[in-house]
Amino acid sequence: MTAIPLGVPRRLVEFTLDGQEARVPEGSTILDACRAAGKDVPTLCQGDTLTPKNACRVCVVEVEGARTLAPACSRRAEQGMVVRTDTERARHSRKVVLELLASSVDLSTTPSVAQWIKEYEAKPDRFGPDAARVDEEPRVDNDLYVRDYGKCILCYKCVDACGDQWQNSFAISVSGRGFDARIAVEHDGPLTDSACVYCGNCIEVCPTGALSFKSEFDMRAAGTWDEERQTATTTVCAYCGVGCNLTLHVQDNEIVKVTSPHDNPVTHGNLCIKGRFGYQHVQNRD
Amino acid sequence: MDLRFGDGKPTDEERAAVDALLGPPESSWEGADRSDADLRWARGGREARDRRDLLLPGLHALNDRIGWISEGALDYLCRRLTVPPAEAYGVATFYAMFSVRPRPATVLHVCTDLACTTAGASELCAAVEARLGPDSGVKVERSPCLGLCERAPAALVIRAGHPPSGDDPPRPAFGDEAVQAEGGSGGAAPGVGNGKGRRRETPYATAVVAPATPEATIIATTAPEDAPPEPAPALAVPQAGHPSLTLLARIGTTDPTSLDAYRAAGGYTALRRAFALGPAGVIREVTDAGLVGRGGAAFPTGRKWQATAAQPDHPHYLVCNADESEPGTFKDRVLMEGDPYALVEAMTIAAYATGAHRGYLYLRGEYPRALARLTHALAQARARGLLGDDVLGQGYAFDIEIRRGAGAYICGEETALFNSIEGYRGEPRSKPPFPVEKGLFGKPTVENNVETLVNVLPILTMGAQAYAAIGTPTSTGPKLFCVSGSVRGPGVYELPFGATLGELLTLAGVRDNLRAVLLGGAAGGFVRPDELDVPLTFEGTREAGTTLGSGVVMAFDDTVPLPRLLLRIAEFFRDESCGQCVPCRVGTVRQEEALHRIADRTGAAAAGDVALLREVGRAMRDSSICGLGQTAWNAVESAIDRLGAYE
Ligand SMILES: Cc1cc2nc3c(=O)[nH]c(=O)nc-3n(C[C@H](O)[C@H](O)[C@H](O)COP(=O)(O)O)c2cc1C
Ligand code: SF4
Ligand code: SF4
Ligand code: SF4
Ligand code: FES
Ligand code: FES
Repeated sequence: MTAIPLGVPRRLVEFTLDGQEARVPEGSTILDACRAAGKDVPTLCQGDTLTPKNACRVCVVEVEGARTLAPACSRRAEQGMVVRTDTERARHSRKVVLELLASSVDLSTTPSVAQWIKEYEAKPDRFGPDAARVDEEPRVDNDLYVRDYGKCILCYKCVDACGDQWQNSFAISVSGRGFDARIAVEHDGPLTDSACVYCGNCIEVCPTGALSFKSEFDMRAAGTWDEERQTATTTVCAYCGVGCNLTLHVQDNEIVKVTSPHDNPVTHGNLCIKGRFGYQHVQNRD
Repeated sequence: MDLRFGDGKPTDEERAAVDALLGPPESSWEGADRSDADLRWARGGREARDRRDLLLPGLHALNDRIGWISEGALDYLCRRLTVPPAEAYGVATFYAMFSVRPRPATVLHVCTDLACTTAGASELCAAVEARLGPDSGVKVERSPCLGLCERAPAALVIRAGHPPSGDDPPRPAFGDEAVQAEGGSGGAAPGVGNGKGRRRETPYATAVVAPATPEATIIATTAPEDAPPEPAPALAVPQAGHPSLTLLARIGTTDPTSLDAYRAAGGYTALRRAFALGPAGVIREVTDAGLVGRGGAAFPTGRKWQATAAQPDHPHYLVCNADESEPGTFKDRVLMEGDPYALVEAMTIAAYATGAHRGYLYLRGEYPRALARLTHALAQARARGLLGDDVLGQGYAFDIEIRRGAGAYICGEETALFNSIEGYRGEPRSKPPFPVEKGLFGKPTVENNVETLVNVLPILTMGAQAYAAIGTPTSTGPKLFCVSGSVRGPGVYELPFGATLGELLTLAGVRDNLRAVLLGGAAGGFVRPDELDVPLTFEGTREAGTTLGSGVVMAFDDTVPLPRLLLRIAEFFRDESCGQCVPCRVGTVRQEEALHRIADRTGAAAAGDVALLREVGRAMRDSSICGLGQTAWNAVESAIDRLGAYE
């Protein structure tokens, strides 16, 4: 990824990244700079289309002179900063955070996590068999998508996607606090009683599979979900004149879910209910 | 924004509670009956959204009147304020004092925190629950520190009901009758109710019982208005009346409900001096005096004021942090109850210096008497032109609004406090940007602790030089300490910076067999009885590897079971974590689990879990978003390292 977007030219900030000179446009985050330099920093709550809430803390790095570690995804690079991404201190925090997460929720459908757990030598089991977990039954209350909060890491992405960052429906928020904090719709009711408009943009951004298509959920339950056998084809939604891009995920000649390319400058991965869920007629073969 | 509201309908009572705060709705968009005008005109949009900060007062209005917040009531409030119901639900479920499930109108909060546990809170709880029986119609809740540690064990009764009918809240007088008047009914009407509408048998009432016996607690619970009166605030100041006092000088000597008495005792001379000096002059005095924040973080006040005053963006806001929920801390309560005008005057000066015309006093929700006293003081100051459009005839406009917290220690964190006032969940924001640049409502904001502000008065009356001569070169001025636990005279003590811990404890009458002292509160650290010569200054405590924090000094003798104390601290932080970031949300849980496992173990049997505590604690300190997660492990770590807990 390039850290140099088009638009009004911005001043360059010079700082030190792992001992090397780095130059990024003003306003860039440390993570932007890391990615531009080809460095690998784990992220979970950061999303390419949203302003991160910097809540997961797996991306922390060491900024010289700072009392605490800084979230690379949100801390902006400043002139003269000295940043180190791979110190013992940063690695320790990432390791513990991965252990805390993996010991409290089901990360089996979170991409990359298994690999980070190995890389950081995290041992989620060491808190013992009685460590408190978010053990929640999946909520299946409609035909379009399923909420399985036993997998939720509270990254706030769905809240932001449904709220003021994209959809403006404000159907989702965090309720409760501390370990009891949960993603919920109003009055913690079923989705069908909520302000949800089923655009599915929350599913698009959810990094853990806590929100998933009912089709995917059912196939996983039946043991038939197999990403290896799926193809992804990007096409144009035919419902209305907006012309959003759709990526159809097809397994065994059936559409199993619909996503949308995040790098599309108009839609940034967002769709409406028709584009996201209205694919049945395509495969109606009668 | 396309908001969808539920079909839930408020009851008449719920509607009345909300309307008493917001006035009657104007259109069907806000929940009124549909009128012809509604077809062509809709309120909402920006105009209504600007009132989102009334969400917390609205939730209080419902909770005070009904005792809990129903779906219909919440939806109605959301309609009135154009707030998405999901977000309002998230806010309502954030605070410990609110419930979104039905519950009895009377809630009894029994403190089970450090000082109260040591003074027998568990036994009190058990006795009260047994006496009340299962069908009492009272909800008994175990509460974190109620800020009454000098009178432990403590309990607080809140009975939901109609606002006290009729006119103004009863005007509390000073002296014995005063205490009568304010003892039972909590003095002030919560919210803005004017008492019109149906009069019910049970008006809203609060009662504070401390020290709490089962008998007194039962009386207060069944009839809060008849509860025995609260002891006068001066009783929390063992040195009251002593000529050496500066910050506490008026407590016990000057009627806290009388503006005339305050002025006769030197009140408002500091504000006059401020007007004479001009804003820049005031900031110079405060800077030269070396005043450092008393809220825990010890940030230089003058620098904060200067940085805010210099911001080109307007308006500027002033926020007084009176949330005081750190276990062991009660100094701000005593100041507000015993000398409320001092805080009003100090806030006026701070606002004048930093260019703010509006101040918010964010007051801990569990402080009914402080609320009553300050509400009264504000009204009096307004009536006399000491607040309002033209303060002291100087052409400077300033007013103060009280915002009640609702049971969340995290809301004392400066940015969480902004979110709370704004009607969002009390989750800390990440910094930068700092409040002086983008604070309340995204505008430059000065936020100061109550004690910090009150220090500004002597700085202006005695002058920066004389003030800076008190204490040590880097910790200047007088300092308040909240002493509780195993001492004969628990209370708020005022000493110049630099006195030693031992001197303070001697003054407070420390009992024999001292085992440990918790310095700086639950986020502070323990020190040993052989370390009592540590000087009580910022630099001195830092050198000794501990902290002054919010001025807590809690003494424990050797009858106190240390592991249980540590568990309580861990439980406190687990309960109070906002839940936003992983190290704190899950880390506090894992630490509490480990402490449970080793509660009765030592040596090799505990070693594995102690190592785990350290590893988790280190990550929490390094990578949590805010001070809560960053300091949650301090006290337990110090107990392991300095007291040899679990060895
Ligand atoms: C979890 C947490 C709770 C806090 N609670 C309080 C509080 O109750 N009162 C207070 O004045 N400061 C509290 N603080 C410190 C404030 O964030 C802030 O530093 C202080 O109000 C600034 O005022 P000062 O400069 O006058 O000290 C708390 C900080 C944290 C991290
Ligand atoms: S449901 Fe998914 S997107 Fe929403 S907070 Fe949980 S993990 Fe994040
Ligand atoms: S996804 Fe919705 S908005 Fe986009 S083209 Fe299809 S129907 Fe239109
Ligand atoms: S450290 Fe704790 S209280 Fe602070 S933001 Fe994180 S979860 Fe919330
Ligand atoms: S990715 Fe940076 S904190 Fe989550
Ligand atoms: S009031 Fe109970 S510990 Fe402070």
